[in-house]
Amino acid sequence: MSIFEYNGSALVAMVGKNCFAIASDRRLGVQLQTIATDFQRIFKMHDKLFLGLSGLGSDAQTLYQRLMSRHKLYQLREERVMKPETFASLVSAILYEKRFGPYFCQPVIAGLGDDDKPFICTMDSIGAKELAKDFVVAGTASESLYGACESMFKPDMEHEELFETISQALLSSVDRDCLSGWGGHVYIVTPSEVTERILKGRMD
Amino acid sequence: MECVFGMVGKGFALVVADTSAVNSILVHKSNEDKIMVLDSHKLMGASGEAGDRAQFTEYVQKNVSLYQFRNGIPLTTKAAANFMRGELATALRKNPYMVNIVLAGYDKETGPSIYFIDYIATLHKVDKAAFGYGSYFSLAMMDRHYHPDMTVEEAIKLAEQCIEEIRSRLVVAPQNFVIKIVDKDGAREHSWRRTTKD
Repeated sequence: MSIFEYNGSALVAMVGKNCFAIASDRRLGVQLQTIATDFQRIFKMHDKLFLGLSGLGSDAQTLYQRLMSRHKLYQLREERVMKPETFASLVSAILYEKRFGPYFCQPVIAGLGDDDKPFICTMDSIGAKELAKDFVVAGTASESLYGACESMFKPDMEHEELFETISQALLSSVDRDCLSGWGGHVYIVTPSEVTERILKGRMD
Repeated sequence: MECVFGMVGKGFALVVADTSAVNSILVHKSNEDKIMVLDSHKLMGASGEAGDRAQFTEYVQKNVSLYQFRNGIPLTTKAAANFMRGELATALRKNPYMVNIVLAGYDKETGPSIYFIDYIATLHKVDKAAFGYGSYFSLAMMDRHYHPDMTVEEAIKLAEQCIEEIRSRLVVAPQNFVIKIVDKDGAREHSWRRTTKD
């Protein structure tokens, strides 16, 4: 089994009309054994920037701590928060630093940039950025997620419809993957508010 | 075949570990204490490579005491858990500690808590945790019978059920187990479950 599949994960981010959604599964496993069903994979960097980390749980926690400290230092020096594009470049640089001994994580970054324009991107474990206009996926269920998102996605969805779409795409994909699932965690972010919802799916 | 497991009850946390020290087919001793008392209100049950286990648990215990001497107040359970995770994560890509830890602690403000810490430094706060081959049996038993806010008697009974399951179903089951408990009065040894005297 690959080290990326040791803990199991599923992450997806989607762009809507002046909003974005980012969702993850909740399972923490050690190969075939489930340890917990409330594992946090999506982290808030600031009100308009969210980071999801799939792959090895330990490296996700280390990477989150490093990025949080870098962002806090940036905030102290610049007296403002980081734009999503800048943050994505930071993550990419930090991952490439470990080019020959990488963090076994695949990040998904989602944020509202200048003029509250939604921004999403993903990258591989050594920091190769992949910008997308519609959706990005990561984790052990990524292949199923690509299919589900491609068929369910429409451009310019309002936030309620976006929530429904991303939830259905996530739940149907993790149901086909034994290493991810046990519910879902969805964040819908508009310029004015952040809504966090827990999904109950197949608990197996 | 080392077994460590733990659970949170009403105002207390329980950690149970086997007490066998084994080298291939030989049982060196059956009263090896694998649950270290970190400070007055923390217990650390560790399983894994014997040398790494002894080394790492002592290292953590001394550093937790040092923090208390330097700062005058003890670490919270969460802080101790994150310290352990940090040490394991730093060592992971150089000289990894092959130790799995169940950390149980009682804090005045937040009550009892248990942290699951993997040997690859995955940290998660849980209600029940288990490591080793015994985890297949103890986690299943706990999933069935555990409920939040159990009393000490109920939790001990559940721990006994887990131990019985391990004894009857694990092919090379450990002979003796030790149960330690931590609550507002501190961390202490509760009892043993022996099949052999040592």
